Amino acid sequence: MNHAIILPILLPLFAGALLMLLHRSGKSFKRALSLLATLALIPVTAWLVLLAGDGELRVYALGDWRPPFGIILLLDRLSALMVLLTAVLAGFAALYASAGEDERAPNFHALFQFQLAGINGAFLTGDLFNLFVFFEILLIASYGLLVYGNGAARARAGMHYVVLNLLGSSFFLIGVGTLYGLLGTLNMADMAARVASADSQTAPLVAAAGFLLLVVFGLKAAILPLYFWLPRTYAAASAPVAALFAIMTKVGLYAILRVFTLVFGSEAGELAFYAHDWLWWLALLTLAAGAIGALAARSLQEMISYLLVISVGSLLAVFALGSRASLGAGLYYLVHSTLVCGGLFLLADLLGRQRGELAGALQVGPMLRQPMLLGGLFFFGALAVAGLPPLSGFLGKLLMLRSAGTGATALEFWPLLLIAGLASIVTLSRAGNRLFWRNNGQAAEGPLADPLRLAATAGLLLASVVLVIVAQPLQAYLDAAAAQLLDLAPYLRIVEGGEA
Amino acid sequence: MEALYAITLGVLVASGVYLLLRARIFPVVLGLTLISYAVNLFLFAMGRLVTGAPAVIGKSTEFADPLPQALVLTAIVIGFAMTAFVLVLALRGMGELRSDHVDGQEPRQ
Repeated sequence: MNHAIILPILLPLFAGALLMLLHRSGKSFKRALSLLATLALIPVTAWLVLLAGDGELRVYALGDWRPPFGIILLLDRLSALMVLLTAVLAGFAALYASAGEDERAPNFHALFQFQLAGINGAFLTGDLFNLFVFFEILLIASYGLLVYGNGAARARAGMHYVVLNLLGSSFFLIGVGTLYGLLGTLNMADMAARVASADSQTAPLVAAAGFLLLVVFGLKAAILPLYFWLPRTYAAASAPVAALFAIMTKVGLYAILRVFTLVFGSEAGELAFYAHDWLWWLALLTLAAGAIGALAARSLQEMISYLLVISVGSLLAVFALGSRASLGAGLYYLVHSTLVCGGLFLLADLLGRQRGELAGALQVGPMLRQPMLLGGLFFFGALAVAGLPPLSGFLGKLLMLRSAGTGATALEFWPLLLIAGLASIVTLSRAGNRLFWRNNGQAAEGPLADPLRLAATAGLLLASVVLVIVAQPLQAYLDAAAAQLLDLAPYLRIVEGGEA
Repeated sequence: MEALYAITLGVLVASGVYLLLRARIFPVVLGLTLISYAVNLFLFAMGRLVTGAPAVIGKSTEFADPLPQALVLTAIVIGFAMTAFVLVLALRGMGELRSDHVDGQEPRQ
C-alpha cells in the first residue's frame, strides 16, 4: 500500500487542526504554517500524478479492511489530476489571502485547510458514503469561509447557500440509503458490478436513487435549475475564497463523471448511461442561461460567476457525450476554466480595491491608479476565459467542438457554445470599457496593488499560457485518463482481487 | 410495521417541507431538522426492519445489518453540527439584517 495516496487529505487536516490549537499565535506564524501546508501539497500531488501516469489503479484500503468491506481511496489518472489542480489553485489563493485578507477572521487559515481536506477527500474516495462525509467537510468549511468578515450581503447569501446545501445533503443521504438498501454495498466499484446484475424489479429504484444523486451533484456543480445560488454567493465571498470556490463546482462535475461513468457506466446493463440524455439537455440549457446571465451581470464578480456557469454547462455537455475524445477535451477545459476563473476573481478584487465605494460594480468610476497593469491583466484574462487564440481557452473549446462530431449533437452544441463565447466577449469588452476606458474624473482612493496580490493573480492567469505550452503532454495524459475512465474492467477487479 | 414506518416518514417530511416553505428562519430550521430526522429513520430502515435481531453475528440465528446503524450515527452527528451552525448564522443574520425572513428583507406586499 502506498501511503502517499492519503497525504493530500491528512496534510491539510493536520495543518488545520494545528492552526486551530495555536489560534492565539501571531498572524505571521499562522500564515507561514498555512502556506507551507498548502504549497507542500503541490509536490505531493504532482508525485501522485506521476504515479497514476502508468495507468494502474491504486487502492488505499483504510485500516487495511479489504474492499468492499472497508472504505477505500482510489487513485486513478482523473483523481490525481483533480488533487493537483486543487493544490495549485489553493496555493495561489492562500498566497493572495496572506496579503491581508486573512486578518478579518482569526481562523481563516484553519478553515481554508479543512476545506482543502474536504475537497481532496471528495476527489480521492472510492466509497459513496465517504463521498458524502467529505462533501459535508468541505461544505461546513465553506460556510465559515463564506460568511467571515462583515457585511449584510454575505449574511444573506450565506443563509441561502447553507439552507440549500443542507437540503441537498438530505437528498444525498436518501439516494445513498436507497442504493445501499437495494445493492448492499457502498463501494462504487462493487456497486458497478451489482448494478449490472440488478433485476428488472430493482433497476427502476436504482435509477431513481441515481437521479437523486444527480440532483445533489447538480446543486454543487450549478446546473440549470439549481445554479441560482451561485452568482450571489460567489459575488459576496471574499476574493481568495471565491477563487478557491472555483474548484467547488468542479467537485460536483467530478462526482457526476465518477458516478455516471463507473456505477452507471458501460457495464451497468440496462441502466448503462441512462442519465446522459438528461445531462445533455440540462447542460445546453445551463450554457444558454449562463450566457444570458453574463450579459445581464451588474458587477464584475457576478459576471465571472456567470462565466463559471457557462464553463459548467460546456463541461457537462462534453461529459454527456461520453466518448474518449470528448472526455479528454472536457478535462483540458476543466483545468483551464478552474485556474482562469480563479485568477479573474482575484483580479476583480484587485480592481475593486482602487475603485472605492463602487468596488466591483460595472459603472463608470474613478480613474484607476495602475490602469496599464491591471488593464493588461484584465485583457489577458478576458482573452483566456472567452476562448480566443492563442490562449488555453481557445484550445479547450476547439477540442470540445471537434469532439462533438458532425451529426445532430454538433448541430445542437456548436451554436450554443459559440454564442456563449460571443456573449462572454461582449460582456467582457463592455466591462473593460467601463472599467478602464472611461472614468468620472475623480482620483482613485484605493491603495496600489501590492506585489504579493499581483503575483498570485498573475500566476493564476498565466497558467493559461503554461497550459498551451504543455498542451501536448497534458492532452496525452488527459486522453489516457478518459480512456481509463471508460474501461471499467480494472475498476471491477478491485473488489474481487482486493489488491492493495 | 413497514406501512406505519413509511407513514411516519411521510408525515415528518411533509411537515418539514411545509415549515421550510414558510421562509422564516426559525420555521426553516425546524423544517430542516424534521427532514433530517426522517432521512435518518429512512437510512436506518435500509437495513430492513426486523425486531429482536441484534447486530452481532452468532448471538441469534437472525442478525441485523450493522452498517446502516453506523451510517445513521454519522448522519446524526453531521446533521447536529449543521443545525447548530444554521442557528448561529440565523442569529447573526437577525442582528445584521433586522429581519428573520430568509431573503434578509420583508417581502413586498
